[in-house]
Amino acid sequence: MESDALIGMISIATAGITIAVGSLGPSLGEGRAVSEALRGIAQQPDEAGTITRTLFVGLAMIESTAIYCFVVSMILIFANPFWKHFIS
Amino acid sequence: MDITSITPDETVYWTWGAFHLNATIVFTWGVMAVLTFGSWLITRRLSSGPQISRWENLLEMVVEFTQKQIRDISHQDPGQYLPFIGALFLFIAVSNILSVVPGFVSPTGSLSTTAALAICVFAGVPIYGIANEGLGHYLKHYIQPSIMMLPFNIIGELSRTLALAVRLFGNVMSGAKIGAILLAVTPLFFPVVMHLLGLLTGLIQAYIFAILATVYIASGTRARAKKEGAADAAEQEENA
Repeated sequence: MESDALIGMISIATAGITIAVGSLGPSLGEGRAVSEALRGIAQQPDEAGTITRTLFVGLAMIESTAIYCFVVSMILIFANPFWKHFIS
Repeated sequence: MDITSITPDETVYWTWGAFHLNATIVFTWGVMAVLTFGSWLITRRLSSGPQISRWENLLEMVVEFTQKQIRDISHQDPGQYLPFIGALFLFIAVSNILSVVPGFVSPTGSLSTTAALAICVFAGVPIYGIANEGLGHYLKHYIQPSIMMLPFNIIGELSRTLALAVRLFGNVMSGAKIGAILLAVTPLFFPVVMHLLGLLTGLIQAYIFAILATVYIASGTRARAKKEGAADAAEQEENA
Protein backbone atom coordinates (compact mmCIF):
# COMPACT_ATOMS: atom_id res chain seq x y z
CA MET A 1 0.00 0.00 0.00
CA GLU A 2 1.18 3.53 -0.77
CA SER A 3 2.42 5.39 2.27
CA ASP A 4 0.17 8.44 1.66
CA ALA A 5 -2.91 6.21 1.44
CA LEU A 6 -1.89 4.53 4.69
CA ILE A 7 -1.36 7.89 6.39
CA GLY A 8 -4.73 9.17 5.19
CA MET A 9 -6.53 6.04 6.36
CA ILE A 10 -4.97 6.01 9.81
CA SER A 11 -5.43 9.79 10.22
CA ILE A 12 -9.15 9.68 9.47
CA ALA A 13 -9.76 6.69 11.73
CA THR A 14 -7.72 8.27 14.53
CA ALA A 15 -9.59 11.58 14.17
CA GLY A 16 -12.90 9.77 14.64
CA ILE A 17 -11.67 7.86 17.66
CA THR A 18 -10.15 11.04 19.14
CA ILE A 19 -13.33 13.06 19.01
CA ALA A 20 -15.46 10.12 20.18
CA VAL A 21 -13.37 9.27 23.22
CA GLY A 22 -12.50 12.88 23.90
CA SER A 23 -16.11 13.98 24.12
CA LEU A 24 -17.12 11.14 26.46
CA GLY A 25 -15.33 12.22 29.60
CA PRO A 26 -16.02 15.97 29.44
CA SER A 27 -19.72 15.41 28.68
CA LEU A 28 -20.10 13.18 31.73
CA GLY A 29 -18.24 15.74 33.82
CA GLU A 30 -20.30 18.65 32.49
CA GLY A 31 -23.55 16.86 33.17
CA ARG A 32 -22.46 16.24 36.73
CA ALA A 33 -21.35 19.85 37.19
CA VAL A 34 -24.63 21.26 35.85
CA SER A 35 -26.75 18.94 38.00
CA GLU A 36 -24.82 19.94 41.11
CA ALA A 37 -25.13 23.62 40.21
CA LEU A 38 -28.90 23.26 39.68
CA ARG A 39 -29.19 21.58 43.05
CA GLY A 40 -27.22 24.41 44.60
CA ILE A 41 -29.45 27.04 42.96
CA ALA A 42 -32.59 25.20 44.09
CA GLN A 43 -31.34 25.16 47.66
CA GLN A 44 -29.98 28.72 47.68
CA PRO A 45 -31.74 30.85 45.05
CA ASP A 46 -30.09 34.01 46.44
CA GLU A 47 -26.67 32.76 45.39
CA ALA A 48 -27.77 32.01 41.82
CA GLY A 49 -25.54 34.70 40.33
CA THR A 50 -22.35 33.48 41.97
CA ILE A 51 -23.16 29.84 41.28
CA THR A 52 -23.90 30.54 37.62
CA ARG A 53 -20.68 32.48 37.12
CA THR A 54 -18.60 29.79 38.81
CA LEU A 55 -20.46 27.17 36.78
CA PHE A 56 -19.62 28.89 33.50
CA VAL A 57 -15.95 29.18 34.38
CA GLY A 58 -15.85 25.56 35.50
CA LEU A 59 -17.68 24.38 32.39
CA ALA A 60 -15.18 26.22 30.20
CA MET A 61 -12.37 24.48 32.04
CA ILE A 62 -13.96 21.05 31.60
CA GLU A 63 -14.91 21.74 28.01
CA SER A 64 -11.37 22.71 27.08
CA THR A 65 -10.26 19.07 27.24
CA ALA A 66 -12.89 18.19 24.64
CA ILE A 67 -11.79 21.20 22.60
CA TYR A 68 -8.20 19.93 22.65
CA CYS A 69 -9.40 16.62 21.19
CA PHE A 70 -11.41 18.49 18.57
CA VAL A 71 -8.40 20.59 17.57
CA VAL A 72 -6.23 17.48 17.31
CA SER A 73 -8.78 15.71 15.11
CA MET A 74 -9.13 18.82 12.91
CA ILE A 75 -5.35 18.96 12.51
CA LEU A 76 -5.31 15.26 11.63
CA ILE A 77 -7.89 15.76 8.89
CA PHE A 78 -7.21 19.22 7.45
CA ALA A 79 -3.62 20.10 8.34
CA ASN A 80 -1.86 16.79 8.76
CA PRO A 81 1.92 17.46 8.72
CA PHE A 82 2.86 13.86 7.71
CA TRP A 83 0.36 13.89 4.89
CA LYS A 84 1.74 17.20 3.59
CA HIS A 85 5.28 15.79 3.80
CA PHE A 86 4.41 12.87 1.53
CA ILE A 87 2.32 14.91 -0.91
CA SER A 88 5.20 17.33 -1.49
CA MET B 1 -14.68 30.08 6.22
CA ASP B 2 -13.75 27.51 3.63
CA ILE B 3 -14.48 23.91 4.50
CA THR B 4 -10.91 22.68 4.04
CA SER B 5 -9.05 25.40 5.94
CA ILE B 6 -8.94 25.55 9.72
CA THR B 7 -7.44 29.01 10.04
CA PRO B 8 -7.93 32.34 8.21
CA ASP B 9 -4.13 32.74 8.25
CA GLU B 10 -3.94 30.80 4.99
CA THR B 11 -6.00 33.36 3.07
CA VAL B 12 -3.36 35.82 1.91
CA TYR B 13 -4.58 38.99 0.23
CA TRP B 14 -1.36 40.79 -0.46
CA THR B 15 2.33 39.96 -0.24
CA TRP B 16 5.23 42.36 0.00
CA GLY B 17 8.58 40.66 0.59
CA ALA B 18 8.38 38.66 3.79
CA PHE B 19 5.23 40.50 4.82
CA HIS B 20 1.95 38.66 4.20
CA LEU B 21 -1.31 40.51 4.65
CA ASN B 22 -3.63 37.64 5.54
CA ALA B 23 -7.31 37.57 6.46
CA THR B 24 -6.60 37.48 10.19
CA ILE B 25 -4.72 40.79 10.14
CA VAL B 26 -7.26 42.46 7.87
CA PHE B 27 -10.25 41.49 10.01
CA THR B 28 -8.38 42.35 13.22
CA TRP B 29 -7.86 45.83 11.81
CA GLY B 30 -11.53 45.88 10.91
CA VAL B 31 -12.60 45.06 14.46
CA MET B 32 -10.14 47.60 15.86
CA ALA B 33 -11.51 50.25 13.51
CA VAL B 34 -15.11 49.46 14.47
CA LEU B 35 -14.29 49.64 18.19
CA THR B 36 -12.18 52.80 17.99
CA PHE B 37 -14.39 54.71 15.57
CA GLY B 38 -17.56 53.65 17.42
CA SER B 39 -16.20 54.74 20.79
CA TRP B 40 -14.95 58.02 19.32
CA LEU B 41 -18.34 58.68 17.75
CA ILE B 42 -20.20 58.00 20.98
CA THR B 43 -17.88 59.76 23.40
CA ARG B 44 -17.66 62.85 21.18
CA ARG B 45 -20.51 64.54 23.02
CA LEU B 46 -20.97 63.10 26.47
CA SER B 47 -23.54 64.52 28.82
CA SER B 48 -23.93 64.13 32.57
CA GLY B 49 -27.50 65.39 32.66
CA PRO B 50 -30.65 63.27 32.97
CA GLN B 51 -30.94 63.01 29.19
CA ILE B 52 -28.24 60.83 27.65
CA SER B 53 -28.11 59.34 24.21
CA ARG B 54 -28.91 55.65 23.90
CA TRP B 55 -25.43 54.78 22.65
CA GLU B 56 -23.85 56.50 25.61
CA ASN B 57 -26.19 54.48 27.78
CA LEU B 58 -24.95 51.29 26.10
CA LEU B 59 -21.29 52.15 26.66
CA GLU B 60 -21.93 53.08 30.29
CA MET B 61 -23.69 49.77 30.81
CA VAL B 62 -20.76 47.84 29.33
CA VAL B 63 -18.22 49.68 31.47
CA GLU B 64 -20.26 49.32 34.64
CA PHE B 65 -20.89 45.63 34.00
CA THR B 66 -17.17 45.04 33.51
CA GLN B 67 -16.35 47.01 36.65
CA LYS B 68 -18.87 45.06 38.71
CA GLN B 69 -17.63 41.69 37.46
CA ILE B 70 -13.98 42.57 38.13
CA ARG B 71 -14.86 43.77 41.62
CA ASP B 72 -16.85 40.62 42.35
CA ILE B 73 -14.08 38.31 41.23
CA SER B 74 -10.91 39.99 42.39
CA HIS B 75 -12.32 41.67 45.54
CA GLN B 76 -10.18 44.66 44.62
CA ASP B 77 -10.69 48.08 43.15
CA PRO B 78 -11.41 47.48 39.44
CA GLY B 79 -9.87 50.75 38.28
CA GLN B 80 -6.43 49.49 37.36
CA TYR B 81 -7.67 46.29 35.71
CA LEU B 82 -10.50 47.84 33.73
CA PRO B 83 -8.54 48.98 30.64
CA PHE B 84 -6.82 45.62 30.12
CA ILE B 85 -9.70 43.27 30.94
CA GLY B 86 -12.25 45.49 29.23
CA ALA B 87 -10.19 45.69 26.06
CA LEU B 88 -9.80 41.90 25.97
CA PHE B 89 -13.51 41.36 26.53
CA LEU B 90 -14.66 43.95 24.00
CA PHE B 91 -12.27 42.81 21.28
CA ILE B 92 -13.20 39.12 21.61
CA ALA B 93 -16.91 39.81 22.01
CA VAL B 94 -17.12 42.15 19.02
CA SER B 95 -15.10 39.88 16.75
CA ASN B 96 -17.26 36.90 17.76
CA ILE B 97 -20.52 38.80 17.27
CA LEU B 98 -19.47 40.19 13.90
CA SER B 99 -19.05 36.62 12.61
CA VAL B 100 -22.77 36.69 11.65
CA VAL B 101 -21.87 39.29 9.01
CA PRO B 102 -21.52 37.43 5.71
CA GLY B 103 -17.91 37.34 4.50
CA PHE B 104 -16.49 38.28 7.87
CA VAL B 105 -14.10 35.71 9.32
CA SER B 106 -13.64 36.13 13.04
CA PRO B 107 -9.96 36.85 13.82
CA THR B 108 -10.34 34.89 17.06
CA GLY B 109 -10.78 31.79 14.88
CA SER B 110 -7.04 31.91 14.22
CA LEU B 111 -4.56 30.44 16.65
CA SER B 112 -2.15 33.35 16.14
CA THR B 113 -4.67 35.93 17.41
CA THR B 114 -5.69 33.91 20.45
CA ALA B 115 -2.06 33.08 21.23
CA ALA B 116 -1.26 36.80 21.11
CA LEU B 117 -4.13 37.56 23.51
CA ALA B 118 -3.06 34.76 25.85
CA ILE B 119 0.54 36.01 25.82
CA CYS B 120 -0.78 39.45 26.79
CA VAL B 121 -2.40 37.84 29.84
CA PHE B 122 0.78 35.85 30.51
CA ALA B 123 2.77 39.11 30.54
CA GLY B 124 0.07 41.00 32.39
CA VAL B 125 0.18 38.74 35.46
CA PRO B 126 3.77 39.59 36.52
CA ILE B 127 3.37 43.24 35.48
CA TYR B 128 0.33 43.78 37.69
CA GLY B 129 1.79 41.57 40.42
CA ILE B 130 5.09 43.44 40.62
CA ALA B 131 3.43 46.83 40.31
CA ASN B 132 1.11 46.07 43.20
CA GLU B 133 3.24 44.35 45.79
CA GLY B 134 6.84 44.48 44.63
CA LEU B 135 9.20 41.97 43.09
CA GLY B 136 9.92 39.98 46.24
CA HIS B 137 6.30 39.40 47.17
CA TYR B 138 5.46 38.44 43.63
CA LEU B 139 8.28 35.90 43.36
CA LYS B 140 7.26 34.46 46.70
CA HIS B 141 4.04 33.23 45.07
CA TYR B 142 6.07 30.72 43.13
CA ILE B 143 7.38 28.92 46.21
CA GLN B 144 3.99 28.71 47.90
CA PRO B 145 3.16 26.51 49.75
CA SER B 146 6.69 25.04 49.69
CA ILE B 147 9.82 25.24 47.54
CA MET B 148 8.93 21.82 46.11
CA MET B 149 6.07 23.41 44.19
CA LEU B 150 8.29 25.76 42.17
CA PRO B 151 8.44 23.68 38.95
CA PHE B 152 4.73 22.91 39.12
CA ASN B 153 3.85 26.57 39.54
CA ILE B 154 5.95 27.45 36.51
CA ILE B 155 4.43 24.63 34.45
CA GLY B 156 0.98 25.73 35.56
CA GLU B 157 1.68 29.28 34.44
CA LEU B 158 2.70 28.08 30.97
CA SER B 159 -0.01 25.46 30.54
CA ARG B 160 -2.81 27.83 31.47
CA THR B 161 -1.58 30.25 28.82
CA LEU B 162 -1.71 27.44 26.27
CA ALA B 163 -5.16 26.42 27.50
CA LEU B 164 -6.41 30.01 27.25
CA ALA B 165 -5.27 30.27 23.63
CA VAL B 166 -6.45 26.85 22.45
CA ARG B 167 -9.82 27.10 24.21
CA LEU B 168 -10.84 30.31 22.47
CA PHE B 169 -9.42 29.19 19.12
CA GLY B 170 -11.11 25.78 19.33
CA ASN B 171 -14.49 27.18 20.24
CA VAL B 172 -14.60 29.86 17.54
CA MET B 173 -13.02 27.60 14.91
CA SER B 174 -15.41 24.75 15.68
CA GLY B 175 -18.38 27.10 15.32
CA ALA B 176 -17.21 28.32 11.91
CA LYS B 177 -16.28 24.78 10.88
CA ILE B 178 -19.65 23.29 11.82
CA GLY B 179 -21.35 26.12 9.95
CA ALA B 180 -19.31 25.36 6.82
CA ILE B 181 -19.93 21.60 7.06
CA LEU B 182 -23.68 22.03 7.57
CA LEU B 183 -23.79 24.48 4.68
CA ALA B 184 -22.51 21.64 2.48
CA VAL B 185 -24.88 19.02 3.93
CA THR B 186 -28.19 20.79 4.77
CA PRO B 187 -27.95 24.21 3.14
CA LEU B 188 -31.02 26.16 4.22
CA PHE B 189 -32.08 25.96 7.84
CA PHE B 190 -29.57 24.31 10.14
CA PRO B 191 -26.58 26.58 9.43
CA VAL B 192 -28.66 29.54 10.65
CA VAL B 193 -29.48 27.75 13.90
CA MET B 194 -25.86 26.79 14.44
CA HIS B 195 -24.84 30.37 13.74
CA LEU B 196 -27.21 31.59 16.44
CA LEU B 197 -25.73 29.04 18.81
CA GLY B 198 -22.30 30.30 17.77
CA LEU B 199 -23.29 33.84 18.84
CA LEU B 200 -24.12 32.56 22.32
CA THR B 201 -20.93 30.50 22.52
CA GLY B 202 -18.87 33.43 21.29
CA LEU B 203 -20.19 35.79 23.96
CA ILE B 204 -19.71 33.17 26.68
CA GLN B 205 -16.16 32.54 25.49
CA ALA B 206 -15.37 36.26 25.56
CA TYR B 207 -16.78 36.44 29.09
CA ILE B 208 -14.80 33.39 30.18
CA PHE B 209 -11.57 34.68 28.66
CA ALA B 210 -11.97 37.99 30.52
CA ILE B 211 -12.90 36.23 33.77
CA LEU B 212 -9.96 33.86 33.62
CA ALA B 213 -7.60 36.77 32.87
CA THR B 214 -9.00 38.56 35.92
CA VAL B 215 -8.62 35.45 38.08
CA TYR B 216 -5.02 34.92 37.00
CA ILE B 217 -4.05 38.55 37.52
CA ALA B 218 -5.89 38.77 40.83
CA SER B 219 -4.24 35.58 42.10
CA GLY B 220 -0.86 37.11 41.24
CA THR B 221 -1.55 40.37 43.07
CA ARG B 222 -3.27 39.36 46.27
CA ALA B 223 -1.30 38.35 49.32
CA ARG B 224 -2.61 34.78 49.41
CA ALA B 225 -5.77 35.76 51.23
CA LYS B 226 -8.54 33.19 51.02
CA LYS B 227 -11.23 34.28 48.63
CA GLU B 228 -14.55 32.67 47.97
CA GLY B 229 -16.44 32.42 44.70
CA ALA B 230 -15.18 32.08 41.19
CA ALA B 231 -11.56 32.81 42.00
CA ASP B 232 -11.07 29.70 44.11
CA ALA B 233 -13.02 27.32 41.93
CA ALA B 234 -11.14 28.43 38.85
CA GLU B 235 -7.83 28.09 40.63
CA GLN B 236 -8.57 24.57 41.74
CA GLU B 237 -9.58 23.67 38.22
CA GLU B 238 -6.44 25.21 36.89
CA ASN B 239 -4.24 23.19 39.20
CA ALA B 240 -6.04 19.93 38.39
